[in-house]
Amino acid sequence: MKEKIIAILSELRPEFDFSQNINFIEEGMLDSFDVINLVTELESTFKVSIDGIDVLPENFSSIDSIENLLKKNGAK
Amino acid sequence: MDLKFKNKKISGILSILPSTIVKFEDEMAYYNFSAAKSLKLKMAMGYNTHRIAKNGQCSSDLCIHGLQYLFDNGLLGKEEIDALLFVSQSPDYFMPPTSNVIQGHFGLKSDMICLDINQGCAGFEIGLIQSFMLLEQESINKVVLMNADVLSPKVSKRDRNSNPLIGDAAAITIVEKSDIPSTIHANVKMDGSNALALTIPAGGFRLPCSPETAQMEEDAAGNFRSKDNLVMKGDDVFNFVMREVPPMIHHLLQIAEVHKEDVSWFMFHQPNKFMLNKLADAIKVPREKMPSNIVENFGNSSGATVPVNISYNLGESLLSSSAKICLAGFGVGLTWSSILMDIGNLNFNKTINF
Repeated sequence: MKEKIIAILSELRPEFDFSQNINFIEEGMLDSFDVINLVTELESTFKVSIDGIDVLPENFSSIDSIENLLKKNGAK
Repeated sequence: MDLKFKNKKISGILSILPSTIVKFEDEMAYYNFSAAKSLKLKMAMGYNTHRIAKNGQCSSDLCIHGLQYLFDNGLLGKEEIDALLFVSQSPDYFMPPTSNVIQGHFGLKSDMICLDINQGCAGFEIGLIQSFMLLEQESINKVVLMNADVLSPKVSKRDRNSNPLIGDAAAITIVEKSDIPSTIHANVKMDGSNALALTIPAGGFRLPCSPETAQMEEDAAGNFRSKDNLVMKGDDVFNFVMREVPPMIHHLLQIAEVHKEDVSWFMFHQPNKFMLNKLADAIKVPREKMPSNIVENFGNSSGATVPVNISYNLGESLLSSSAKICLAGFGVGLTWSSILMDIGNLNFNKTINF
């Protein structure tokens, strides 16, 4: 799952290295529109629907937080 | 705050759209982002075309055009109007009220009330609630509710947060007393502690427009805007909507003792398609029952979006039949409000161009 998430992020913002252990939001690697595009890509790739209430910056700040969000919304 | 009204109805809706159509692709070059990224956003948010008023055209001009249409076609009589409500964030002047200007333009009777209300995204619901309250008076039988905004001149063309979604429009809704016993349920909530989440910082008395406020500045996301322009904290507004609107709708249905399956349509304000889809999923209603095509075709015209939604999507179907409809608006203020009512057997329900 982690590899797929990194691949999606890298396609979205190819100028950044998402394998680093840093906060993507605080570092300005993802803005609010990136998050919306990311949600759309994640939903399509993992065949899940992410709750709107979960579309919060902190849920997209790292690979682990994105993975947790996907698992919470039923991704396997 | 829960509200309840007896024996009131909407008898007609006319939406007035500027004839100038601007395509998303035509404005992509203004944004400080790659075309590929902008096009992805277009798909996710449902941006396509939006309607923009001509230079110098004001909200009142759209309303006057619409009212003239109603008078000319015998759909409204001047003498019938007991109250003229103008709900907008783009008045002609700080003073006088734009509703008075419109009254004067048509030479309407003086034995009436003209009222301007400064409201945005929930402006249709706030305007309806005010109309219902006015209709409690014996002397008021017919209210003309005008929701209108021409905000495009206040939006920076280089602001991808706001420019693709803004749309200019007006809607005229006739609200009157009904002989048929009926109950309308409504609720409204406000959070002024977050009032500046959606704002135009300069231009009022607090910060008058000046050469300094007109200076363009780049934000962290690469958008350019000045203090004279509309600015929106998109993340905060999105999270507020997702947090507050679904429980508000569930509460409204519970108070009204109506199952959501018995609601024909959820005609909501439309900031973008992504938000609408997430709202439909959160409320657990089919996305087909919550149209999201107004922002795509015409743009988000603040308080006019919901009546435009009704006239464009339900048009003739509401002329000969009635439907139980849940209305909701959310945004500027912050304000969020919803109404559950039967709407139908209308005298008119259409959109016209100006």
